[in-house]
Amino acid sequence: MRKVRRVLAVLLILALAATCFSACGKKSSGDDQVVYVYNWGEYIDPDALDMFEEETGIRVIYDEYETNEIMFPKVQAGAVAYDVICPSDYMIAKMIEEDLLQPINFDNIPNVENIGSIYKEMSEEFDPGNKFSVPYCWGTVGILYNKTMVDGEITSWSAIFDEKYADNILMIDSVRDAMGVALKYLGYSLNSTHEGELEEAKNLLIEQYPLVQAYVVDQVRDKMINNEAALGVIYSGEAIYTARENEDLVYVVPDEGSNVWIDSWVIPKNAPNVENAEKFIDFMCRPEIALLNFDYITYSTPNVAAQELIEDEDIRTSKTAFPDDEILHRCEAFVYLGEEMDEIYNAKWEEVKSGQ
Amino acid sequence: MVKLGKFFKGLYVVLMGIFLYAPIFTLIVFSFNAGKSRAKWDGFSLKWYAALFQNQTILQALYNTIIIALVSSLIATLIGTMASIAMNRMKKLPRQVMMGITNIPMLNADIVTGISLMLLFIMMDFALGFTSVLLAHITFNIPYVILSVMPKLKQTDRHVFEAAQDLGATPISAFFKVVLPDIFPGILSGFLLAFTMSLDDFVITHFTKGAGVDTISTKVYTELRKGIKPEMYALSTLMFVTVLILLVFINRRRDRQNEAQKI
Repeated sequence: MRKVRRVLAVLLILALAATCFSACGKKSSGDDQVVYVYNWGEYIDPDALDMFEEETGIRVIYDEYETNEIMFPKVQAGAVAYDVICPSDYMIAKMIEEDLLQPINFDNIPNVENIGSIYKEMSEEFDPGNKFSVPYCWGTVGILYNKTMVDGEITSWSAIFDEKYADNILMIDSVRDAMGVALKYLGYSLNSTHEGELEEAKNLLIEQYPLVQAYVVDQVRDKMINNEAALGVIYSGEAIYTARENEDLVYVVPDEGSNVWIDSWVIPKNAPNVENAEKFIDFMCRPEIALLNFDYITYSTPNVAAQELIEDEDIRTSKTAFPDDEILHRCEAFVYLGEEMDEIYNAKWEEVKSGQ
Repeated sequence: MVKLGKFFKGLYVVLMGIFLYAPIFTLIVFSFNAGKSRAKWDGFSLKWYAALFQNQTILQALYNTIIIALVSSLIATLIGTMASIAMNRMKKLPRQVMMGITNIPMLNADIVTGISLMLLFIMMDFALGFTSVLLAHITFNIPYVILSVMPKLKQTDRHVFEAAQDLGATPISAFFKVVLPDIFPGILSGFLLAFTMSLDDFVITHFTKGAGVDTISTKVYTELRKGIKPEMYALSTLMFVTVLILLVFINRRRDRQNEAQKI
């Protein structure tokens, strides 16, 4: 009797678990009026999402991530089938390589014509033929300096390696950005895989080590606003915000050229609602919507039609937000260099950071 | 000499207080800052508090956080307590084996637990969403409950349970009237431990959550690239104050009970 009861209990538990899994675990299928969007945090004006939902009747299920690296494993494992994602350049290259993306049918995205040709040209570096991506936001890496604390105008990367500004320099704490700056200053490509060039860049950064006040990422904004340092390496997207808070701050893309980054919309291979994804991307490429997002994010928009719509003349003609094509031609996008190269870069950067 | 010792004792306590609370205090101050920057004081303002209560996504995340913490810790307490009682009655060797098994997830790095749960959900074709986060939280909460209930159970004399039955109690009423009151403090602290663990978990939630489901911790983390919005400072301030009031209330009640017992 006792045995029977025990078996019965186990069976009941199993039944309970089974119903739970089958009942609450059902994937919602057949519901085609949704679009799953995976974007950077704070990277869209919430009103734009509402407008999209209202106009098309497609419900946006919106999800956010904070770095390319944290987005990638979730997409790769297929944890959630997203329809639209917005990764950065080198990550797009990696996702193409891993066969995670599908080519976009541009016939269904007529507004793509609003995207400036130079941005498509720059996208070629990580997406040859512009088959997989539609640019959404972009920016450069440059120097932010405080007019009152440096001599004259700064136009070269040499300033951040100058002993004059010892203890007044904020260096960016990120492998590829820091190595890229050094490589560019030395006149090499920032995607260099040449051992000798990398060694030279590393030695330059080691020489710079005693001059650096702090290695930072986010804090550069607040430190510069607070007049704590004379110059710092920063992303152009932050420059508009910091200049608004402290008018002594000037942003410049050095003459040697720099990194230009692009975040673009892509459609993953396992997207369940491709049609809605295309509608979403098309909507984001409308000039009014791109402008709305530009005002919210303050990162430069590749949407030429939207650039013309900017009311504030200072921003429309700002070299910070929209540097000359000539400067852009000297800038490069990051390319995914493969795991082995990543490790070499990391090892060199470790050496720099340990201060030897 | 005694005075000097007293001075250092006081200094030590003050320093401890500063280390522990200076960051929280800074956060509270900046939640009242009129400007957006963390570097500049632009005057006193309550606008971030107003903005907080209008921000649907943050409020939704707060709601998710609390519901998940509450439900997961309640279920984990139930399962964990039952498991402890069963384990307490086992022979020594199987009990130690079971204890080891339940301890491993606690010592395991969160990221390993998170990714393996994610892979398990994917393998079972289980859609990631609110339910998957809840199940994950129940899973990692159970060991904490067992850990706090087990010692209490060991302290209780198992013969008391038998004595109650000798005096005519059914096993169930003997359990509720004799054993449960004895181990209740352990259950309660297990519940509270599980609740706090669930409340501030980020890694496991990140890997098991689906699209559009956010808790406070995952929401804050997504804001890192563009800078955390001051609404979050306001929310943290409110949460801190709530917990503080709750603690003061609980401690005062306990003090009063202790005094009552002394008399």
